[in-house]
Amino acid sequence: MSIWRERGRRLLRYPSAVAGLALVALLIAISLYTVVAIPYTTAVEQWRGGEAWRFHPVNASPVWLDRLRGGHSARTIHVQGGEVETVRTFAGGHQQRQRLVFHYRYDGFPNEINLFLAASGVSGEPFVNLTWQRPDGSEVALGNHRVSGHVRVALSQDWALERRLEQPAHVGLLQVPDAAEPKPLHGQYTLLIDSVLFGDGAELAADLVLYGRVHGLAGTDHQRRDLLLALLWGTPVALAFGLLAAAGTTVTTLIIAAAGVWYGGRVDATIQRLTEINMILPLLPILVMIGTLYSTSIWLMLGVVVALGLFSASIKMYRAMLLPLREAPWVEAARAYGASDARIILRYLVPRLLPVLIPTLVTLIPAFVFLEASLAVLGLGDPLLPTWGKVLNDAREQSALYFGHYYWIVGPAALLLLTGLGFAMLGFALDRVFNPRLRGR
Amino acid sequence: MKREWYPLFLHLSRRVVVLLLTVLAGVYLTILIANMGGRVDDLRLMQIRGEIAESVREDAAFREMASSERNALIEQRVALEVERLGLDRPFIVRSFGYLQRAMLLDLGRAEQMHSDSGSRSVRAIITERLPATLLLFGTANLLLFAISVWLALRLSRRYGSLLDRSVVGLAPTSAAPAWFYGMFLILLFAFIAPVLPPGGMVATPPPEGRLAWLGSLLQHMALPLMAILLSQLFVSIYAWRTYFLIHAGEDYVEMARAKGLPERLIERRYILRPALPPILTSLLLMLISLWSGSIILEQVFNWPGLGTLLFAAIGMNDTPVVIGSVVIFAYLLAATVLLLDLAYAALDPRVRIGGAAR
Repeated sequence: MSIWRERGRRLLRYPSAVAGLALVALLIAISLYTVVAIPYTTAVEQWRGGEAWRFHPVNASPVWLDRLRGGHSARTIHVQGGEVETVRTFAGGHQQRQRLVFHYRYDGFPNEINLFLAASGVSGEPFVNLTWQRPDGSEVALGNHRVSGHVRVALSQDWALERRLEQPAHVGLLQVPDAAEPKPLHGQYTLLIDSVLFGDGAELAADLVLYGRVHGLAGTDHQRRDLLLALLWGTPVALAFGLLAAAGTTVTTLIIAAAGVWYGGRVDATIQRLTEINMILPLLPILVMIGTLYSTSIWLMLGVVVALGLFSASIKMYRAMLLPLREAPWVEAARAYGASDARIILRYLVPRLLPVLIPTLVTLIPAFVFLEASLAVLGLGDPLLPTWGKVLNDAREQSALYFGHYYWIVGPAALLLLTGLGFAMLGFALDRVFNPRLRGR
Repeated sequence: MKREWYPLFLHLSRRVVVLLLTVLAGVYLTILIANMGGRVDDLRLMQIRGEIAESVREDAAFREMASSERNALIEQRVALEVERLGLDRPFIVRSFGYLQRAMLLDLGRAEQMHSDSGSRSVRAIITERLPATLLLFGTANLLLFAISVWLALRLSRRYGSLLDRSVVGLAPTSAAPAWFYGMFLILLFAFIAPVLPPGGMVATPPPEGRLAWLGSLLQHMALPLMAILLSQLFVSIYAWRTYFLIHAGEDYVEMARAKGLPERLIERRYILRPALPPILTSLLLMLISLWSGSIILEQVFNWPGLGTLLFAAIGMNDTPVVIGSVVIFAYLLAATVLLLDLAYAALDPRVRIGGAAR
């Protein structure tokens, strides 16, 4: 075993190997954290989109990106509940006033303003009257609403209000009055909710959301989903797919090559012919075909990749390396003590090629990670799991580049590149350490 | 001479037969996969029924018909359509028909798609798209080959220099495929600094005049070419530099040096020559992976080639076009392998004499 320790020590002498190892370790740490912190079912459930994301902004860029550029764009402001005072009670209900108070200090305007109202314990539909109070004391009436169950008051889509303010609500409600250029007025705003509730113990829950233009570490997409979820969950998925596919193809290929060399004759010839047929089978078109016609499940793709990789072109290379080993005296010795064919193949021939196999395996991992991303970019991503490729595909379909949402592409692309670089650097260094013919070259 | 060429001819014709058999097996497998155990037939049957029902319901002439009568009419038309497409025969029988016609490059008629000139023939559709793919990937491969062999030779001469070490350092960047760099290039050169078009093959409408058209083509080719070079160049320089270095350390090279032969002659005759077969093999493997990867690169750059066609055909469930494209891919790959055999025979005298290494 000391030869492995020696190789490890030599490996650490390459700066690129150390960098690659660090990247790989980082990715593994992220994967472990993700799998523990966000369980699989939660991730799949949330990525399906919908109600869970209603308090998130649409297409917000990452906060740090904006702050790095010296900007101070709006983050999402979410005001909940507010103090409730009962104005008067009457038989079968009461009238109340709620104040949702917040301070606005950002340089730009928010993206959109929504008010979510939900009545509980009511015997009839409550009436609600909304008033917006600016820091300078001026007021804007936002009209009356009837709350049946859960209601979303989309202030930014209220065209009558927009005509009155001569601006969309998320600009008009917050700007300095009579300014030449729209500029936000900083200070304390209040949304007054006057409501009449019917029924004993009736309550009105209110959520005022001023959606920001920036959000979190990774921003959000067109469905308000936090991209961080996909970037985090993409890591274990990519690593698992890459590792399983690379291991599945290289190890089995080596064993098949060794079996072919050992048995020789017809077995060998069959394996050779199968390899040649396999060489002209176009992998990606077949995967695309299976994806469109059958299922895009990532595990099915993995199976097909491994199945088509069994007789890959590297069989030829392994065969050339194994042929001389077949006649080696220690193989003859094994035969003499009565070792079975399987034992000779698995214990005497295959281990001899581990120094070639390990670097190949490590360098192959990114190839499969990118293969998964390729499929997703073609629209054949896994139907459930959030992956990097699916984020890229969404971004392309929503013309992210055209609208200037660069973060949407750069985030997953950077992670893909880091994964690729990490494994490739490690693999290249491993190759130099394990194959002394190239050492120092 | 004659004694030398006869085994070569024998060797090559044997290879052609083997390759044809290989293509046969590959194409048949494709047909089996494309059919997906009858699943496609069900899909198409449903599609046909839906379309015919729709057209009958919309036709004013049949509006007065009783519903049972109309259903009978629909059934009759479905049966006709099924017979027209040959769907009534069992798949296995049809598959051999497909295979025979595919091998003879009689690719049949498309069901949904048609060529830009309006033809329904799969061959017309494919031949319309094939030049675009060949142009892009042929150019890319030639450039890649020429640049990397030339640079690798120069680097192996100056082993250990800063340039050499930086190429070794950059080699891992090839872990990312061409489409990935393509996306960045589109971001950089088409959106942040709009100097090149983000996709397509020529401007729309196509410019008048040959020269303007060529210029537009070159402009549109620049980004995909750059993407392919970025993703493949460093690793191929690295790989070939290593081959050259190994060969430069052989005794016969030392011997030539000791004889005082000029450095250029040593490079060409003693280093490059014996290293050529492995170089060709890696070129071939790269070409194969490029063919296979073309489907997504073309999609990213909206390049009107085989890859885009195949993807569109799969989306439309147009089985003849799918099989046709994959057959063409298989033939392309087989032709690449045969080309390699020819080159091997030309380069490696052992193959010519017939005592090819096991």
